[in-house]
Amino acid sequence: MLAHLAAPRTRGLLALAAFIALLPLALSNAYYYDVAVLVGLNAIVCVGLNLLIGYAGQISLGHAGFFGLGAYGSAVLTARFGWPPVAALGAATAGVMALAFMIGRPILRLKGHYLAVATLGMGVIISIVVATEDRLTGGPDGMAVPPLALFGTAVQGERAWYWLTGALLLAAVWLALNLVDSPPGRALRALHSTEVGAEVVGIDSARHKVMVFVVSAAFAAVAGSLNAHYAGFVTPAKVTFLHSIELVTMVVFGGMASTFGAVIGAAVLTTLPQLLTLFKDYEMVVFGAVMMGTMVFLPRGLVPSLAALARRTRP
Amino acid sequence: MTQLRVESLSKTFGGVHAVAGLSFEVARGAVHSVIGPNGAGKTTLLNLLTGIYVPSSGRIAFEGDDLTGRAPHEFAARGIARTFQNLQVFSNMSALENVMVGRYLHERCSLLAAMLRLPRVARAERECREESAELMRFVGLGTYLSAAAAALPYGALKRLEIARALATRPKMALLDEPAAGLNPTETLAMDELIGRMAGLGITVVLVEHNMRLVMGVSDHILVLDYGQKLAEGTAEAVREDPRVIEAYLGAAER
Amino acid sequence: MSAAFVQYLLTGLTVGAIYALVALGFSIIYNASQVINFAQGEFVMIGGMGAVWLSAAGLPLPLAVVLAVAAATLVGLALEKLAVEPARGAPVVVLIIITIGASIFLRGLATIVWDKKLHVLQPFSGDAPIAVLGATILPQSLWVLGVTLLIVLLLAWFFGRTLLGKAMLATSHNRLAAQLVGVNVRSLLCLSFGLSAALGAVAGVLVAPITLTSYDVGVMLGLKGFAAAILGGMGSGAGAVVGGLVLGIAESMSAGYVSSAYKDVIAFAIMLSVLFFMPSGLLGKRASDRV
Repeated sequence: MLAHLAAPRTRGLLALAAFIALLPLALSNAYYYDVAVLVGLNAIVCVGLNLLIGYAGQISLGHAGFFGLGAYGSAVLTARFGWPPVAALGAATAGVMALAFMIGRPILRLKGHYLAVATLGMGVIISIVVATEDRLTGGPDGMAVPPLALFGTAVQGERAWYWLTGALLLAAVWLALNLVDSPPGRALRALHSTEVGAEVVGIDSARHKVMVFVVSAAFAAVAGSLNAHYAGFVTPAKVTFLHSIELVTMVVFGGMASTFGAVIGAAVLTTLPQLLTLFKDYEMVVFGAVMMGTMVFLPRGLVPSLAALARRTRP
Repeated sequence: MTQLRVESLSKTFGGVHAVAGLSFEVARGAVHSVIGPNGAGKTTLLNLLTGIYVPSSGRIAFEGDDLTGRAPHEFAARGIARTFQNLQVFSNMSALENVMVGRYLHERCSLLAAMLRLPRVARAERECREESAELMRFVGLGTYLSAAAAALPYGALKRLEIARALATRPKMALLDEPAAGLNPTETLAMDELIGRMAGLGITVVLVEHNMRLVMGVSDHILVLDYGQKLAEGTAEAVREDPRVIEAYLGAAER
Repeated sequence: MSAAFVQYLLTGLTVGAIYALVALGFSIIYNASQVINFAQGEFVMIGGMGAVWLSAAGLPLPLAVVLAVAAATLVGLALEKLAVEPARGAPVVVLIIITIGASIFLRGLATIVWDKKLHVLQPFSGDAPIAVLGATILPQSLWVLGVTLLIVLLLAWFFGRTLLGKAMLATSHNRLAAQLVGVNVRSLLCLSFGLSAALGAVAGVLVAPITLTSYDVGVMLGLKGFAAAILGGMGSGAGAVVGGLVLGIAESMSAGYVSSAYKDVIAFAIMLSVLFFMPSGLLGKRASDRV
């Protein structure tokens, strides 16, 4: 039991839990809590996306589509049809998982650039549909979303959302870590390394790719739903190609094949634009430069690069 | 007792007949070698027998079931394991995890159970770890139990692939040039390992260039040339066959 | 033939020619480096916006056009040298992020140097519509079609008849072999980026008088040009042209006869269909794997 506690996985989870519990001491006003909530929600998406990109070695440039469908699904079901928010979240997530399952089979037969572009196309189509079906979705201006309600009471305010998001992030990280160190998880890592080698030990690589695609879509949809309730509105801006790219950059920046790296990547690249609003007009230039720079100089991502550095400088 | 039956198997790439009208049988529990000059179609044959290539024509039957045209993971599920000439080791994992992946077919673990890490999953993980460590010791990799796969030397990696193949608890193992790149001492150890595998009741189909190894370990030899059967039989019969000597063995008679 | 049909056809050909030019740019870079340059659309933008700015500053239109294209070419060369070359050999997902980062960077630069507003470029030879078979076509559309045709012929001559062009093709087929026979692969890579940038900028200059231009005009054009390249077969020059024209006409026809709200979806729906059912495109090479 104690040995179990000392395992790196458990240590990491405890560290994250401690960080989440203690961070409020450093957050002095509602704005900081707001950023923390946004970081948490993005981190949930990134943890799922990292399973797809980092561990299974696939690519998706359309995950904002799943995020957006989760958001819009919740929005439409609660605002237009009066569903209870938790039921709406469940239904939206289930719907997204079904969509990911259907698209996954044909799309994941592709590899490399072709897979990247196909997922991009999927994401763009979703964003156009969302923006065009304005009777349902409110079109380019978006629509308002009622607050999230748990056990009858509404969850409102940055502080309440902070604790909810923190707990859910911990759950997401726990689920992901469990998956990585399990037979299905090893199967995913195996097919990333050599698909032929994986097939030959009995791993149905096509089925596994679809499976991890669906799981990562689920994470994105849940985060999207929560985001919709937290912000109180949804717009097509949450479903754009740019948002998909931001998510992928967070995963790659933090370090692929590292669940905690995905969390850190989300943290850094979500707070960065907040800092960049200080730069106003230079926001895009700096973000683009950061993307290029980190990929050129730290192609393996922040966490693995720092880990390698630490190993090299150890006496 | 015939375990594998191959009938008129052919594989064409563009205009090249890599394997043409090949028919043969492999007996259960035997050590069966496939030899032939480079380009004779040996690796293509192994790829066909594991579903990596789909035959252009012909039939593959394993233990009575027709497996022609099935996917590689289905061949594996029937009990056919394989190692590669160009190693397909999972270099992003530890050596132990490589072997643990081999046990995939015998780990009934749903996605949900894995993500929730149900108690039986945790227990199964521990058992998997222990059994995989046993397999690594069986193939002589006991010193590498905590090593990363990428850190292993070439000879150890070849044995790691065999350990991974054994982890699938195969009925038949196809080994593609297991002695390639090994020095004489390592080759002797490989010879002995193949013997131990046969001792476990596993049918071994061996593709090899090393004649001393082949002649020493085989119950039955199939000689290929230009994708077709040139000769087959026991080691003595093949050694004496004039067609084989002319096509291939002449220079290696020493 | 109904007048509406001819109108849609002409519009489709015009926009298809633009897609063809952008697709050619993608194919040339992909052939040289196996990289999909997501910043291709920004070269289009630089061409259009640059020409607008320079001619508004008082330069005669022809000079403004030439300088804008030259500026885009320099940007293309810089992109290759500073962002793509240092990352040679990185995994696909890293290269993708680099070129996307470049596209965001260039768009941001455009908002600083210029602004976020829509701009119009003066048409090359007036804007009096010409009647054709019951429909009308703008003189600028004739420019688009004519210049595109000229460029396609020039590129065919370049890749088919000149040593440099053939060297570029050789590099795309087998980089190592090309190096071994003395081809300077690095500078060819640079050249390919410069050439693609020039093509994109020309497209931008040609289409700016018709569709207006702004700092983010490159995003959709880039993506659709890319869809055209996939449709025609990634890496095939003829495919890029065919893909571009087919895509333009398909888009125009469906906008006219089916629904104009979903016009933009057509390009991506076609692209996904091609990727699912015919990944090598209409004219691309069929790849076969060796294990």
